[in-house]
Amino acid sequence: MSDSPQWFDEEAGPIVRPYALIRGRTHSSGDTFDLVATVRVIGDPPDELGPELQLILRAARNPISVADLAVEIDLPVGVVRVMLGDLRDNGLISVTSPSAGGARSNERILKEVINGLRAL
Amino acid sequence: MDSVLSEDPVALKILVAGGFGVGKTTLVGSISEIKPLRTEEVLSDRGIGVDDLDGVEAKSTTTVAMDFGRITIRDGLVVYLFGTPGQERFWFMWDELSHGALGAVVIADTRRLTDCFPSVDYFEQRGTPFVVAVNCFDGAAQHSVDDVRIALDLEDDVPVLLCDVRRRTSAKEVMITLVEHSLRTLASAN
Repeated sequence: MSDSPQWFDEEAGPIVRPYALIRGRTHSSGDTFDLVATVRVIGDPPDELGPELQLILRAARNPISVADLAVEIDLPVGVVRVMLGDLRDNGLISVTSPSAGGARSNERILKEVINGLRAL
Repeated sequence: MDSVLSEDPVALKILVAGGFGVGKTTLVGSISEIKPLRTEEVLSDRGIGVDDLDGVEAKSTTTVAMDFGRITIRDGLVVYLFGTPGQERFWFMWDELSHGALGAVVIADTRRLTDCFPSVDYFEQRGTPFVVAVNCFDGAAQHSVDDVRIALDLEDDVPVLLCDVRRRTSAKEVMITLVEHSLRTLASAN
């Protein structure tokens, strides 16, 4: 595929605009997913799933953050959130939000981070 | 599906803020593997300037790239760094990012110290622990840490340190200073 001449390229932008992938929606049940929330696959995907949704499920076979997922499949976070909302509503994934202030208030974890940074 | 049963990974957020061109991208890149995170956002009317021309729609979307880095402390413990766009019109992104954040690094350039005022104000108001890292650019007039503290009218407990964001050891020191500060803030709150 890469050796065939193509008039479209990175600079021309995507052929399918990101908003078209989510049928023009800008909001969904996935609006509140934190960038560092953990996504994991919990259900068996149906066959008729769109290619982007399949990409997400493939990328989330091991637990992955929302931000890492967006980088991995190279789509804007807003678009990924809408797709994640759909997948969750269909029982295919779970999204676990980091408890606000939970980890922040854990002294043991902060000390571990300090030691980990020193060891870098 | 063993992963379903495994303990939830701990993800911590650190924000890197400061004026345009002050070294946010460089700092994130010095200490972590950096990736551009694309966000396509609706600009709220907060983002529309007072001098807008008639006929400009009240809302528009824009694509914003955020600097995004991750430091894996160990399996299941990851620190995420987000370089936040410094302009006020991106504050809607800050609100989301600062929710539950471990803390923030405000990078300051003493030649343009006013550029970091909005960041300092923001984190003071949100109660997010932060440190001020004075990036010592080549040839930049050197100011003492105390001068910067006075100029920014900082509380005594806010750490201010000189750094060179290009150097990994310096970037590490900034991050360690922040997490230690967060830990102290936490201890004094309990």
